[in-house]
Amino acid sequence: MEQYEPDRLSPAQVAAMRRSLRGGRAAMTRRSLLRASTGGALALGGLGTLSACGIPAAGNTQGGVSAEDHSAKEKVVNFSNWTEYIDVDDSEKHHPTLDQFRKRTGISVKYTEDINDNVEFFGKIKPQLAAGQDTGRDIIVLTDWLAARLIRLGWVQKLDASNLPHAYANLSAQFRDPDWDPGRAYSYVWQGISTVIAYNKKALDGVEVKSLSDLLDNPRLKGRVGFLSEMRDSIGMTLLDMGKDPADFTTDDFDAAVARIQKAVDKGQIRRFTGNDYTSDLTSGDFAACIAWAGDVVQLKADSPDIDFLIPDSGYITSTDNLLIPNKARHKTNAERLIDFYYEPKPAAELAAYINYVTPVDGVKAELAKIDPDAANNPLIIPDKAMAEKSHPFRSLSSKEETEFEQKFAKLTGA
Amino acid sequence: MSTLTEAPPPLTPTAPEKKPPRKRGRLVPYWLLLPGILWLLVFFALPMIYQASTSVQTGSLEEGYKVTWHFATYWDALSEYYPQFLRSVLYAGSATILCLILGYPLAYLIAFRAGRWKNLIMILVIAPFFTSFLIRTLAWKTILADGGPVVGALNTLHVLDVTSWLGMTSGDRVLATPLAVVCGLTYNFLPFMVLPLYTSLERIDGRLHEAAGDLYAKPITTFRKVTFPLSMPGVVSGTLLTFIPAAGDYVNADLLGSTDTRMVGNVIQTQFLRILDYPTAAALSFILMAAILVMVTVYIRKSGTEDLV
Repeated sequence: MEQYEPDRLSPAQVAAMRRSLRGGRAAMTRRSLLRASTGGALALGGLGTLSACGIPAAGNTQGGVSAEDHSAKEKVVNFSNWTEYIDVDDSEKHHPTLDQFRKRTGISVKYTEDINDNVEFFGKIKPQLAAGQDTGRDIIVLTDWLAARLIRLGWVQKLDASNLPHAYANLSAQFRDPDWDPGRAYSYVWQGISTVIAYNKKALDGVEVKSLSDLLDNPRLKGRVGFLSEMRDSIGMTLLDMGKDPADFTTDDFDAAVARIQKAVDKGQIRRFTGNDYTSDLTSGDFAACIAWAGDVVQLKADSPDIDFLIPDSGYITSTDNLLIPNKARHKTNAERLIDFYYEPKPAAELAAYINYVTPVDGVKAELAKIDPDAANNPLIIPDKAMAEKSHPFRSLSSKEETEFEQKFAKLTGA
Repeated sequence: MSTLTEAPPPLTPTAPEKKPPRKRGRLVPYWLLLPGILWLLVFFALPMIYQASTSVQTGSLEEGYKVTWHFATYWDALSEYYPQFLRSVLYAGSATILCLILGYPLAYLIAFRAGRWKNLIMILVIAPFFTSFLIRTLAWKTILADGGPVVGALNTLHVLDVTSWLGMTSGDRVLATPLAVVCGLTYNFLPFMVLPLYTSLERIDGRLHEAAGDLYAKPITTFRKVTFPLSMPGVVSGTLLTFIPAAGDYVNADLLGSTDTRMVGNVIQTQFLRILDYPTAAALSFILMAAILVMVTVYIRKSGTEDLV
């Protein structure tokens, strides 16, 4: 796209291009000009390509495709994150940590909350990334299995370690070496997620719950148990309950876990497989107990005294949401500086105090104790030793396994 | 053809002066059509071609997808997911019938009896549309909650025993059962039934009712012989506007249903987003489209009405 032959453009276009090359504000003109001239070509070429459309093969871009880094000229970074996943001030307009970052570095952050769901977001950015185009985003936050897929497809850029001194020094040991990104070459953790069992004391009505088996088997909970529609959380917790290791299991183990849940579905034990909407079922008491994300439970617990959680003796599933720089991002260095900023204990503590997920940064506890002593002692935010020992990641899957397992799990959930 | 009639002599040379204004006049309809046609081309025709092509491709995300004219995907999708198809038709059909039963008296009342309340009632019918579809559906989770007053009342009246026996609910709850999904669909699509019905009924000349009365028709006969036949276009378009989107809906089944209430929309969503089996998802969409097209064609033929409003 960058090398246009001037003699194929009209004189007016050439003049516009010359003007634009002088940079500054006019750079906009150049981009829109290029867009306009490719738009016409696309309209003509579109019909031709459709007859043999297909989707081009991915995976031939290992190591990621960088664009020209505009970080030095354009002091911005485009940050796409999940909703309600960052600190906000009382006016709900400003994000204090992002403001600090701007004051310190002069880089302003265009913060967008446009990720609601991993699979939907993947569907949204896939066309651009598959075609090798800029998504308009410099940082995206994705759950580990999807981050693994993007790395596998070669759709994200390798990080420059020299821009990430704090991140390298302060990343907690338990997050350092995931099997899908050893040594964190492509990704850093935004927050850790613990998958636990949550329950509503009032709805339980005296039924004792200690493990996932109670949820799957106790007839007094019939039709009032919730499982998550995220395959890794539901299957992972079941594998743990069956004494298997979710970090190292076979297809047979997976099938056994599916069969175990299927039995509960057939009995009518499980009411629904839910996404984030389990929170309303749990507070209303329609779910007496369910598999839940600890970050939500901290919040629900604060709002309702009936809600509490438990960590089964067999352990719990831990996963991460990860910061990634997609291919062709225009402000890679700025993005890396922002990632590094959140690995300084002070901003990390301010973030942790606000959003209640597991912080991936070592040395946060002392800083967090100054802001919110309760949070600093909450093992769901800063895991203590006992908590850390019970945490189990779900192993990464090959693309073939992923399809096969998702198929089987989908059948379990009814479609 | 040319052997039967001589080609008419060319008319144009005789009136060259008059031509430009006439030509412009002739082109106006096409210019007016142009935006709509372009819109349909870009946002309807192109995606359809793209999806049709996807449905006969094979491959994977890593290796890319190529058109291999693999039509077996259609058969596989249908034989694997026919229960969800049947369920979609059943739920959408039930919701449509419920909408008609609830919507017809309402539309009748607004058209003939509401008097000065007409506009207010119309606004009340449309008002739910001011909030999002998702929020409205989620609200039903609160309304139908297990310990809530609605379910309590239904239990006291033993209504749920009957619906349980019919297989529409299980135990003493409504949520996460087929009944909840059908109720959600009915609620969400009711205005699509009421509005065309109202338009049809409102156009009926009141003097026809008087005439029927003058001819000694009982009110019920008047309704059967005069009002209902004249409102048929509204009934047809109302049922279509309700049935078609309801058959493809997945939000209600997702939020109000359970594992045994998944509809074909849920399957398409899962295949497309989660399993990344784009060909199967595309094939399922086309099967759904074809099935609806056939059902709608048969229905319109049988209903014997040509106008749709």
